[in-house]
Amino acid sequence: MSRLDADNEARARRIMARYPRPRSALIPLLHLAQAQDGYVTSEAMRHIAELIGITPAEVAGTATFYEMFKFHPVGRYLVNVCTNISCWLMGADDLVAHAGATLGVSPGGTTADGMFTLETVECMAACTEAPCLAVNYRYRLRVTPEDFDRLVAAIRAGETAEEIPLHGSLARVDQSIPEDRMAGVVPPEAARAAPVWLAARGSDLQGES
Amino acid sequence: MATNAYVAHAPGYVDNDGPKIITGRFGYEDSHTLARFEATGGYQGLRRALTMTPGAVHDEVRAAVLLGRGGAGFPAGVKWGFLPPGRYPYYLVVNGDESEPGTYKDRLLMERDPHQLIEGCLITCYALGLSQCFLYVRGEMALAQERIARALDEAYAAGYAGRDVGGTDFSVDVVLTWGAGAYIVGEETALIESLEGHRGMPRLKPPYFPAAIGLYGQPTIVNNVETLSNLGWIMVNGADAYRRYGSDSSPGTRMFAVSGHVRRPGVYELEHGVTTFSELLYGDSFAQGIRAGHELKAFIPGGGSAPWFFGEHLDLALEARPVGAAGSMLGSGAVVVMDETTDAVEAALRLVRFFARESCGKCTPCREGVAWLARILQRIVDGRGRPSDIDLLLDISDNISPGPYPVAAQATRALAAVPFPPRQTTICPLGPSAVAPIVSTIRRFRSEYEAKITRRDSIAVRAAS
Repeated sequence: MSRLDADNEARARRIMARYPRPRSALIPLLHLAQAQDGYVTSEAMRHIAELIGITPAEVAGTATFYEMFKFHPVGRYLVNVCTNISCWLMGADDLVAHAGATLGVSPGGTTADGMFTLETVECMAACTEAPCLAVNYRYRLRVTPEDFDRLVAAIRAGETAEEIPLHGSLARVDQSIPEDRMAGVVPPEAARAAPVWLAARGSDLQGES
Repeated sequence: MATNAYVAHAPGYVDNDGPKIITGRFGYEDSHTLARFEATGGYQGLRRALTMTPGAVHDEVRAAVLLGRGGAGFPAGVKWGFLPPGRYPYYLVVNGDESEPGTYKDRLLMERDPHQLIEGCLITCYALGLSQCFLYVRGEMALAQERIARALDEAYAAGYAGRDVGGTDFSVDVVLTWGAGAYIVGEETALIESLEGHRGMPRLKPPYFPAAIGLYGQPTIVNNVETLSNLGWIMVNGADAYRRYGSDSSPGTRMFAVSGHVRRPGVYELEHGVTTFSELLYGDSFAQGIRAGHELKAFIPGGGSAPWFFGEHLDLALEARPVGAAGSMLGSGAVVVMDETTDAVEAALRLVRFFARESCGKCTPCREGVAWLARILQRIVDGRGRPSDIDLLLDISDNISPGPYPVAAQATRALAAVPFPPRQTTICPLGPSAVAPIVSTIRRFRSEYEAKITRRDSIAVRAAS
């Protein structure tokens, strides 16, 4: 149970500054909390509520809608096997069965050593590359049972650390845009007039037709 | 560079010899970098746009008849025109929440050519007079998020985004944002809710377009990734050049993903409205036919929400109107092919279970009804079906999507198969989407349902005697 640490709170404030209203940063901030602890803790949700200025219940209300957020510890590697139509046609059920046998868990379960959680998921937008899976949201395509066993072995051996970060880790989405390069973010209430650059170009915004 | 073969670093993409408007850089391994983008004509469309008035840019896009690529096929230039004059600020929200079953194109576009998408955003912002754009990427797409983050860093540093774009006074911020796993967020008003930090539940309609009331209650344009990826090319080459590809009512090219039981599943850019399903499924430049020793049973022409097609539909062109007139939709460019080994009832179950799982829970007919549909299908598949189940499935379906389903299209309308206003007892089309596979399979493969149910009956009779 932990609040965002100082570094992550600073990141949270930087993310919030990108939006006209701070609540728009809620989902990215929940990802930040999950990156810190591997799952979203109640303490972190309370902290996010303070930062945004909404209630913890509102934070939880949003968070619980989205499948990627976990509210209890899961494996360090979350294995998502697609079972939707295109993958099913190409043998996804066999892949799920094989994955379960290899890891010794059923879908939804976590291995005793806390390394892997197995989940079945819906379409991942890799339909031509069926059957497919993702480990911590890094894709593997046209996966055979042998591929799966090799992948598990490689993860256990630490060979994938560069490509596949631990569960919860944010994609490398931290941006480095200098303040003076930004056009500037203001709440909608403060932007009721046409942008200055547009006003300078006359009033033919909607074109001729 | 066309080889009619897969491209290793763009998994699934086939570089064939058709015209390339949006996949032209996919052959380069570094297609996601600013250096490659600039070396291949990138940001020239933005530069040209900035020499024109915003209204003239809008006119050019309107003249191109750029149809939306997210599913409904509504012309982008017309949609843009719905912004009410003077109610600033306006917002642009880019829908990168690709998750319709069978659909695989926007993720490729975001991973392989993020600058092309960013250029499209910038051109749109300029044409419509807005100063902030949100690029909403599906939560699971880590690589796409990373590629866009890096591309935005580059675009800001090079003066293409942010303050004083291209040395002019045009200033706009493009903000990368992302979701956390919810199919329904692909619906544009649900996406706006999500972007406001709420549960991703669609908003009550009307208004039918967020152009009236959108993000923070302000006029908002929501466009699909593939739609916007065309804009740079259109601004460089002009609407007339764009309309030389494709058909009169569906100009340009489109990306189609062909998945399932074909020899060469893949993502293909092809001329819109000209190519037929037959060419796409059997052509040497495309999917090259049903896998060896098997034959076509059925195919879904436009993603999991689309009513199914069969052999007699192969000669239809990949164009909204004929597909709509035949009772389905092109949707999101997702063609799922099933051969004769496919169990139709189980296939329907896969899709219906998906919609049940992804229902946001706001409307009762969808939240309850689609879950019922999934449970009934499951018991039929498990051999526990009841003789009344087929009628029950149709009755529940009729409560979600009343009337004949799907409503055959009026050939004169761009929206084709999507009746407007929609015939549904729900706010959004998710619930009615679950009806498509059920009605499609019961109409065509009723005997498969009956066989599973009868088998159960005979088992029950044996057990009783």
